[in-house]
Amino acid sequence: MATNSLSFKVSPEGVVPGLKEALAKLNGAQCEVVLDFSSVLRIGPKALRAMESLASAADEKASKVVLRGVNVSVYRVLKLMQLARRFSFLT
Amino acid sequence: MTQEAASLSEERIAYLERLVHQAKTAAAVFTQYTQEEVDRIVKPMVSAAMEQAQYLARLAIEETKLGVLEDKAIKNMVAAEFVYNYVKDKPTVGVIREFPERGLVEVAEPIGVIFSLTPITNPTATVIFKCIMAIKTRNAMVFSPHPKAWHCCHEAVRIMAETALKHGAPEGVFTCVESSTLADNAYLMHHKDVRLIDATGGPGVVKAAYSSGKPALGVGAGNTPVYLEKTADLDMAVVDIITSKTFDNGTICASEQTVVIDDEIYDRVLKKFAELGTHICNEKEAELLGRTLIDPETGFQRPMAVGQKAVDIARAVGLAVKPDTKLLMAPIHGVGREHPLSVEKLFPLLAVYRAKSVDEALKVCVDVNHLGGLGHTAVVFSRNDEVIRKFSEVINAGRIIVNSPGSIGAIGGIYNDMVPTLSFGCGTGGGNSTTDNVNVYHYLNIKRVARRTQAPMWFRVPNQIYFNMNAVQNLRQFPSRSTIIVTNPVLEQIGHVDVVRRNLPPQTMVHVTVIPEAEPEMKVVMQGLEALQFYKADQIIALGGGSVIDAAKIMKLKYESPEADLDELGAPFLDIRKRVFQYPVEKTNRLRLIAISTTSGTGSEVSPFAVLLDKERGRKITLADYSLSPDVAIVDPQFVLSMPKGLTADTGIDCLTHALEAGVSVYASPYTDANAMQAIRLVFKYLPIAYEHPGDEEARTMMHNAACIAALAFSNASVGVNHALAHAFGARFGIAHGRANALMLPHVIAYNAAVPTKFMPSPHQRAYTAHKKYAMMADLLGLGGDTIAEKVKNLVAATEQLLDRLEVPRSIAELGISKEEFERAVPDLVKIAFDDPSWPTNPRMPLLSELADLFWEAYRGRGTAKAATKAA
Repeated sequence: MATNSLSFKVSPEGVVPGLKEALAKLNGAQCEVVLDFSSVLRIGPKALRAMESLASAADEKASKVVLRGVNVSVYRVLKLMQLARRFSFLT
Repeated sequence: MTQEAASLSEERIAYLERLVHQAKTAAAVFTQYTQEEVDRIVKPMVSAAMEQAQYLARLAIEETKLGVLEDKAIKNMVAAEFVYNYVKDKPTVGVIREFPERGLVEVAEPIGVIFSLTPITNPTATVIFKCIMAIKTRNAMVFSPHPKAWHCCHEAVRIMAETALKHGAPEGVFTCVESSTLADNAYLMHHKDVRLIDATGGPGVVKAAYSSGKPALGVGAGNTPVYLEKTADLDMAVVDIITSKTFDNGTICASEQTVVIDDEIYDRVLKKFAELGTHICNEKEAELLGRTLIDPETGFQRPMAVGQKAVDIARAVGLAVKPDTKLLMAPIHGVGREHPLSVEKLFPLLAVYRAKSVDEALKVCVDVNHLGGLGHTAVVFSRNDEVIRKFSEVINAGRIIVNSPGSIGAIGGIYNDMVPTLSFGCGTGGGNSTTDNVNVYHYLNIKRVARRTQAPMWFRVPNQIYFNMNAVQNLRQFPSRSTIIVTNPVLEQIGHVDVVRRNLPPQTMVHVTVIPEAEPEMKVVMQGLEALQFYKADQIIALGGGSVIDAAKIMKLKYESPEADLDELGAPFLDIRKRVFQYPVEKTNRLRLIAISTTSGTGSEVSPFAVLLDKERGRKITLADYSLSPDVAIVDPQFVLSMPKGLTADTGIDCLTHALEAGVSVYASPYTDANAMQAIRLVFKYLPIAYEHPGDEEARTMMHNAACIAALAFSNASVGVNHALAHAFGARFGIAHGRANALMLPHVIAYNAAVPTKFMPSPHQRAYTAHKKYAMMADLLGLGGDTIAEKVKNLVAATEQLLDRLEVPRSIAELGISKEEFERAVPDLVKIAFDDPSWPTNPRMPLLSELADLFWEAYRGRGTAKAATKAA
């Protein structure tokens, strides 16, 4: 089955707006969201909250959120928050 | 959920969950911070605490009604400045310590969410202290202050959190539970995302923390004994004790509780206390204080007095004191429930005890220490180091403060060089996991990165080895006043002893001790020892095979070090460098040991081993130490020319087994390899000739050299499982050692060359190399083969051919041992072989079942090894 896929490049300065935009798109359509994290060096509490919302929205719509190029420090934060299991990862 | 936590409303639970989630998020985010970022947050927090020290102290006083404003302000400042001074340059992120010479690196890992309970007695100082430590270690903290100190603590947390946030800390790093209750505490203590509980407070709080099942730092009550010994500087001691006990009206749990004073100085000391504002109570007043301030039901202090001034306490209980009284001092005559004032009193009242002797004083201090003060703090004033040492030995306290104030001394960094803290670990005596002054390292998981290290190896051999025909002539260069020759009857009969005598320097007094040909027993060693002592020998010449030389080694050991305990020295060990029992270094007498070997196999003339038969207990004692190695070895083939054929074969096979096993040992090194390989080459070339043509001088010379060279290898690399099997089997069925080795040899080569079921831990080896080593041996012998497997197969075949030429039995069955008898013996043989000290250097760790298999292969004999090699 073909799946629509939306890709976003998340900038280090705008992690939270980027995630919010992705959330809006996800809410508006049945699609897979791919977020390019390759230029994000670290994330803060607000970004984590936005990611929790995104993961919850994806769960509700049975959609998939794919994170591409997440560095290991950020990946570790997601693991500590038990969020890593709610996303798919692409290197 | 606990019973207490079950009473929480859903709304309250949701609130607590939010707090923990905030902290968890902050802690996760914090893991990304660098050391520089962390340090940039800590410094302004310290500044803020210093600026607000008086403000926070005032809040604490107003709210708790405990303590002294000035002292509380100082405590806040100590918690900030002194702690900062200690932590500021300490790495707490990433690599925190390196030990290059040990290949060790320590890396800091934050803990995560810490749930912190803070006390009523030191509320704001404790918050400041914990906040600084938490930020320095990248942890988040949820605070639950004592309900009666909530506002001041909340304010301290707010100041610390806002400052931290302003300088980059993650949002939510500090939170404070609003109006916390026991139920809240119980819920948070058991929360899955709380990683550590840091509980500072009363015994109940600490006990709850430790009972939660979570890792916890719990610091609670103390009961500090003070010994004021007669040699002390009394003026200093009195001022220190008053300073300490009145500091913040005695609220610090490390403050002095009972002063034990030597009889000789008692009156003088009390006079000094009185002169400096202490009210010395009479017996009646003491009784009144005990009755009113200590709860007879619980045995604990009543809260009414905690942190109050001495004059206020006196007024409250109806005791008349001067208005400038800063301290109350009440005599006690014992320690325990029947002496109420001997317990902890967090207010300016000291119990005082008159001791008739040091012994009595120490016992009273021990009693106080055991009455609720275990692991906490104790104080001694003395100029007598022996008294201080004894006090330190008998008192169980994490902090033993010498000639300084207890409460301020225990904090650290002021009167001594202990780590500054507001949290005192009390060890197991206080139900704690540490006796340390709690500091940043207790807020970290410290990861140890351990690189593979290679311990220094060695190659140790006797100082002098003389070899080839007539090497015995070298005896002339060893002057001796009195020499004992140890030998066996046969060698004396055939004239070998005379050859030795002729080659000794003139004027040497010579005495001959003849011992039986068998393995030496203790009585034989004692017989030789008596001769050495009687003739005051300075030299012993061992002329014989392994048994004679071993006996001489033990005689020398006992002669030089009469106190040497052979039972201890023969205890098993895994690594000669780490053995439990060390050989004596100090020598009562000095003796030169010259070993002249008369067989070509054991290598005892250069080895550091000796075997003693303990007939009484039916066992062998294997001694191993380089101090047993002979000083001089003489490898002269003239002594082996007449060796019988059977002995030539048996000892030659022993030599080959030494070389093969040393070659594949996990202790093998390039130094031992050189010797092992050369010995293998010599044995394969010359042993058949020496066996078939006993008079061939060249073959005898080369085999004699081969035995010594193989011994140089196994003396440093040891042997392996072949020897373990042969020792067990040979002892059980009375089979000569070399012959027993021969029965096992092809099977053990095949076994070691196969992929092991279990690898032997071997830090000296980079990979499993036994099969490659065997292939190298095959190459050295020119056996051919294109692959490692082919070469191993050829080595096994060549070994079999050699054994055939030597006409030794090739299976245990050939020895006439029935299958039934052997079957009965195998379980014991396996156990004995597994206890043998030979195998721990074998390249392959033998399973018990594998040892049994090897015994059965040896039983069946010829053909089995070939099949095993093929399978491998």
